[in-house]
Amino acid sequence: MKPRTRRLGWIVGGLTALAVAATLVLNAFRSNLVFFFTPTQVAAHEAPQGRPFRIGGLVEAGSLAREPNSLTVRFRVTDTAQTIPVAYTGLLPDLFREGKGVVAQGTLAADGTFHASEVLAKHDENYMPPAAADAVKKAHEAMSTKTLVTGGGAGK
Amino acid sequence: MIPELGHFALILALLVALAQGTLPLAGAALGESRLMELARPAARAQFLLVVVAFACLAASFIGNDFSVQNVATNSNSELPVYYRFAATWGSHEGSLLLWTLMLAGWTFAVSVFSRHLPPILLARVIAVMGLVSVGFLAFLLFTSNPFERLLPAAAEGRDLNPLLQDPGMVIHPPMLYMGYVGFSVAFAFAIAALLGGRLDATWARWSRPWTTVAWSFLTIGIALGSGWAYYTLGWGGWWFWDPVENASFMPWLTGTALIHSLAVTEKRGAFKSWTVLLAIVAFSLSLLGTFLVRSGVLTSVHAFATDPTRGVFILAFLAIVIGGSLILFAYRAGKVGLGGNFATVSRESMLLANNILLVVALASVMLGTLYPLFLDALHLDKISVGPPYFDAVFYPLMAPALFLMGVGPVARWSHAALPELWTRLKWALGVAIVSALVLPFVLGRWTPLISVGLFFAFWIFASTVETLRARLAGSTHRGLMAKLTANSPSYYGMLVAHVGIGVFVIGVTLVKAYEIERDVRLAPGESVAVGRYDVRFLGVVPGPGPNYRALTGTLELREDGRLLETLKPEKRIYNASGQTMTIAAIDVGLLGDRYISLGEPVGGDNDIGGAWAVRIYIKPFIDWIWAGAFLMALGGFLAVSDRRYRLAVRRKAAAAWDRLRSGAPAD
Repeated sequence: MKPRTRRLGWIVGGLTALAVAATLVLNAFRSNLVFFFTPTQVAAHEAPQGRPFRIGGLVEAGSLAREPNSLTVRFRVTDTAQTIPVAYTGLLPDLFREGKGVVAQGTLAADGTFHASEVLAKHDENYMPPAAADAVKKAHEAMSTKTLVTGGGAGK
Repeated sequence: MIPELGHFALILALLVALAQGTLPLAGAALGESRLMELARPAARAQFLLVVVAFACLAASFIGNDFSVQNVATNSNSELPVYYRFAATWGSHEGSLLLWTLMLAGWTFAVSVFSRHLPPILLARVIAVMGLVSVGFLAFLLFTSNPFERLLPAAAEGRDLNPLLQDPGMVIHPPMLYMGYVGFSVAFAFAIAALLGGRLDATWARWSRPWTTVAWSFLTIGIALGSGWAYYTLGWGGWWFWDPVENASFMPWLTGTALIHSLAVTEKRGAFKSWTVLLAIVAFSLSLLGTFLVRSGVLTSVHAFATDPTRGVFILAFLAIVIGGSLILFAYRAGKVGLGGNFATVSRESMLLANNILLVVALASVMLGTLYPLFLDALHLDKISVGPPYFDAVFYPLMAPALFLMGVGPVARWSHAALPELWTRLKWALGVAIVSALVLPFVLGRWTPLISVGLFFAFWIFASTVETLRARLAGSTHRGLMAKLTANSPSYYGMLVAHVGIGVFVIGVTLVKAYEIERDVRLAPGESVAVGRYDVRFLGVVPGPGPNYRALTGTLELREDGRLLETLKPEKRIYNASGQTMTIAAIDVGLLGDRYISLGEPVGGDNDIGGAWAVRIYIKPFIDWIWAGAFLMALGGFLAVSDRRYRLAVRRKAAAAWDRLRSGAPAD
């Protein structure tokens, strides 16, 4: 082989390998992205059915209920505007508390219950997961805009 | 008084660092040797000052001085003294001071162990490290002063995050930072080479041991962090592809590529520009890792800092360091040159392929780690990229690299013949294939992935044996011991590190394939069968701890009715913070762990004497993961013990010997 042909071979080979790797990576990336939705978005049917996603908000005070003789718990996640019932089987993390922030990953069932496969609350006592904090903030903003709009309408 | 002394020492250190970062560089540019000679004393003075500052902070922590903000927020008088010491680097400010201390320490080490370096190179190396130090000292002093006073003083401290009150967490950050910061030496050498426009095999020989030591520390640091996550988070996992973990893994991948590329540069004079680029990238990623973990952009147990000014400062610092060095690289890389030629099949080409695979893997980890942050920062979307992505991408990319690990050490430099490789490696291939097909049936269950993992592990073991066998057979020495000792420690270092990868692969493969995870509800006296074992729950009793209340469960682990072990997992409720923490009880074994952790009381009225949620895991071969990592690090340390890195020392000793023999008085 001439040096030039060999160099060409290296370049073509390298580019092919890179293209294969890029395809592999981007495919895996696309199919494994998990999106985040607030309870308000879920209530407005913006969240996908059947595909896993994350919800975040506060664990509604007094909503935690345990099924007898199993490890299944039910609680509600709220962003203060909307509330989504969640079912989870397994051990809850140490920092899971009623009234505190939580993020859960799972799928939405047809009856509107969110079946969590994972409950994340791995931060310290005073900490609110940003995703959860964001959900609550958005709900508040949405409510205040609504009041403004109604107020303006009444004035007309 | 002590905090002010520390603060003052830090300010002096900044001034010394400024001198250390500028004067020797000016001296190197002007050919002024007196300015260049300042590098070494400045490095030592700076180290001394930072040690004083660190000691002052540690003294404040140990002496419970709650008039210092940092101590009041991160310590507590009930905390045992060793955790009060460790709390010195438990906070954002303290960990940055530790970073700076490490940097000053590495610079000090360079000033001590590089007597044989050309003065101009040494001046540049120490100056570049001084400039990095200026950045960190300024960051500490202007945004994160660890000695800030709290007026009026707090009566009691708020406590160290309970997650960090653990022996593993005491040594994990120093080890990790030793690695992160150690890459600054390779970085400084690279910048010095670019400035000087000269890069040869000698340069690589000087730079190599520093890089290998840094990489070894980083390996240990990551392994300790992973082990810590395994037994304190109560989830029984060893790697979550969490951004914080990825932040340390990205410099590791680059560092791994770098030590291989440096080997080629030293032995063959090839890959020159590439090596320099990797050194820049490795240190840049160490800085990026510090930024990710320390600026609060991540949402994880490590993200204590939430002050945006710090984030802006680090971003600016990153931009200057990375941007500046890449611009310098663009200008000067041509001068450094590419290096020698090699054939399509040769050890060089295989190491090149290994480098490309590692860098592509790095890029994919980076995409998964940073993309969600970008989207979030731009308020586009909130997404997360979970372990499935990393698993799907990382394993296929690493498979060819593992295969090449078997071929590379056997292949000749410059030009290797395929038929010869085949003759030498065919039995290794056979051993790997047979082990991959037979072992799963011995262990109980077969899936294609188990075979793939075992194949690579045994391929590495068998080809390593073949490398050593051929080396010994080709040796002219007589007797096995003579033949064994004729090889250099760096050669054995490579073999040990490669075997470490094989051990690691076995651990990952088998724990993924055969682990059993059960979350069960157990009332006192109840038993549950998990795998081959019977676990009987005897109940939970409360008890006191040094700075927490403990709820201790008692569980009996039986196999075929025989009592193996009584395990006592704990739930701890810390007095100061009220935070709860799970401490798993683990029956450790060579062939696997039995892991039990407590959930919460699930009986009526949450009575702690009643039924509990209990997590029972069987984790076959999991300790091989960390054993493999420690073997890799051991290989690294073995490699740098090589005599050829201390050639100057030997030459000096030889000169002294000559003088003695000639009867001249020794000086």
